[in-house]
Amino acid sequence: MSTSTKQDAYAAVPDAQGRFGEYGGKYVSETLMAALSELEAVYAELSVDEKFQRELDDDLTHYVGRPSPLYEAVRWSDMIGGARIYLKREDLNHTGAHKVNNTIGQALLAKHMGKKRVIAETGAGQHGVATATIAARLGLECQVFMGEEDIRRQALNVYRMKLLGAEVISVTSGSRTLKDAMNEAMRDWVTNVDDTFYIIGTVAGPHPYPLLVRDFQCVIGREARAQCLAQAGRLPDALVACVGGGSNAIGLFHPFLNDEDVAMYGVEAGGHGLATSDHAAPLNAGTPGVLHGNRTYLMQDDDGQIMHTHSISAGLDYPGVGPEHSWLKDIGRVNYVVADDDEALRAFHTLTRVEGIMPALESSHALAYAEKLAASMTPQQMIVVNLSGRGDKDIHTVAQIDGIEF
Amino acid sequence: MSRIAGCFQKLAEEGRTALIPYVVAGDPRQAFTVPLMHKLVESGADILELGVPFSDPMAEGPVIQLAHERALANGTTLSKVLAMVSEFRKTDSTTPVLLMGYANPVMHMGYRNFANAAVAAGLDGLLTVDIPPEEVDGINGELQRVEMDNIFLVAPTTPDERIARIASRASGFIYYVSLKGVTGAGNLDTVEVASRVGAIRRHSSLPVAVGFGIKDAASARAVAQTADGVVVGSALVNTMAEVIERGGESDAAIAAAASLLGDIRRGIDSPA
Ligand SMILES: Cc1ncc(COP(=O)(O)O)c(C=O)c1O
Repeated sequence: MSTSTKQDAYAAVPDAQGRFGEYGGKYVSETLMAALSELEAVYAELSVDEKFQRELDDDLTHYVGRPSPLYEAVRWSDMIGGARIYLKREDLNHTGAHKVNNTIGQALLAKHMGKKRVIAETGAGQHGVATATIAARLGLECQVFMGEEDIRRQALNVYRMKLLGAEVISVTSGSRTLKDAMNEAMRDWVTNVDDTFYIIGTVAGPHPYPLLVRDFQCVIGREARAQCLAQAGRLPDALVACVGGGSNAIGLFHPFLNDEDVAMYGVEAGGHGLATSDHAAPLNAGTPGVLHGNRTYLMQDDDGQIMHTHSISAGLDYPGVGPEHSWLKDIGRVNYVVADDDEALRAFHTLTRVEGIMPALESSHALAYAEKLAASMTPQQMIVVNLSGRGDKDIHTVAQIDGIEF
Repeated sequence: MSRIAGCFQKLAEEGRTALIPYVVAGDPRQAFTVPLMHKLVESGADILELGVPFSDPMAEGPVIQLAHERALANGTTLSKVLAMVSEFRKTDSTTPVLLMGYANPVMHMGYRNFANAAVAAGLDGLLTVDIPPEEVDGINGELQRVEMDNIFLVAPTTPDERIARIASRASGFIYYVSLKGVTGAGNLDTVEVASRVGAIRRHSSLPVAVGFGIKDAASARAVAQTADGVVVGSALVNTMAEVIERGGESDAAIAAAASLLGDIRRGIDSPA
């Protein structure tokens, strides 16, 4: 493929059916098809509407605190002795993660569509908190679906959502984690489709969600690209981001896809290791199938049942992945790799101690891989890591591993 | 003519409405399902709808979700469900059987493999909740090759112009989802159902069956005034689950389901 046809290829997905090659699409029950068509039409109009874009930019600047800094981790890079590592500080956003870039965008869509109620699924609670936050600000009724298991792991975020006026609904079906919360949110949406907007937290779900969430998260990569040029006078050699559903990763990667010399690494949760079944790495160890409205790589058994997943970080504990990543994997533009629980935990401690930045356990997977990658590169080279969120929410988990009870 | 089309034609000639019970294959045990199917036919079922258990049954309410979980826990797979159909066919070659499930297990088996195995088992139709017309091209060719009916849902939210598009890809019958919600929900509006069934008939000559939210003789009877078929699922699944939960034997659970279905049959058939 020549450069120009490749560039056309990145801009051409998803197609009108919401497909990224053979991935994506709209695999939902008929009841939701009209709502998805409406959302598609509204988004097609607003995404090119200057007033809407100004409203969004204004919120990103004054409410979220964008642009987020691109910070050179000097001491950490020195310690590794390889490539210079820059951190894209999404942890400094209001609510502490990249999730808010998307919830602000979708909540504005909800407002324009006249919806009075928003719902969301959440794993780590970051997307739930970001949704509850924007719902409080816009005066929208908000219910957040969260697996019983995650409610236990992320007690702090559960309470934050309640303080913000959201109702957190405990999901007790299936594996009681993120995928089941998403099932339950879909069921609620089917029931209340007239007055409810479903704010999906990642680049998964049926079309047009993977498209609009990508668009809202691309602010990360657009800023990072400009910051690299301004601060380092060059583009980076590599980008690294963790991949749960894949929203922070696509947000960083997408604006660089045409920069052919920029290598990209999406880091999945290796859990207890790919040799075990306790991980959440569908791109590394799964096969294509259909879940939550799109065709993508999944963790599934011989009968096509979705498998139990495991990760130390609730936000990566998901058996699927956004369909665009499946496509980017197949065409070879992005490398998908893993970091396991122990590696992520070590990276969490390292960054905290060496840079005074406490990363989310999700982001720690990206840091763990970046450390290895940097070590194989030279100090003349440069890596940008998406520091997708801050680690306050994970202190409880880390303390427990260290045997500390509060 | 397919077994499903033939069944609706015969009922239409007799002026009767098809009664279509839905149960989850393998719930609560794999050996339970084939005897249950026969008993449902004895109790007035015209067409049988078997739910294929899936780990993420997004369109189901709590009652049927639990049934899916029970069936998966005892190792029920799509292949085993097809084996149940095969077993049923040994002694019943007339009652149409369709599967209702989700895309992934069928896709994972492979559309071609599924079509071949399904026709060999004596299956008549497939309803895949999460394969709307937009995504159906891959599977429809395979189903048509083996002359298996592909049943589509029409929802309260489906615009009129979409109904024609759905109907053009459907065969057997059209399944009208009677409410905005999951299976077993309680917000059935029979006046609205009548108006929507009318809209479907303007775009399609296929029979129309109505399901989701029909739980007893009265609601079935109301829907039967306008529909060609009535689907009853959660009420049956729940009746059986309650018997089993109380420590009842399989026979007692099957008898309870048969008794409920019999009531519904009499409700539908009683003169207006
Ligand atoms: C801080 C943080 N990073 C990453 C993720 C993973 O999501 P995604 O892959 O969509 O960026 C989450 C999800 O909860 C998160 O909270």
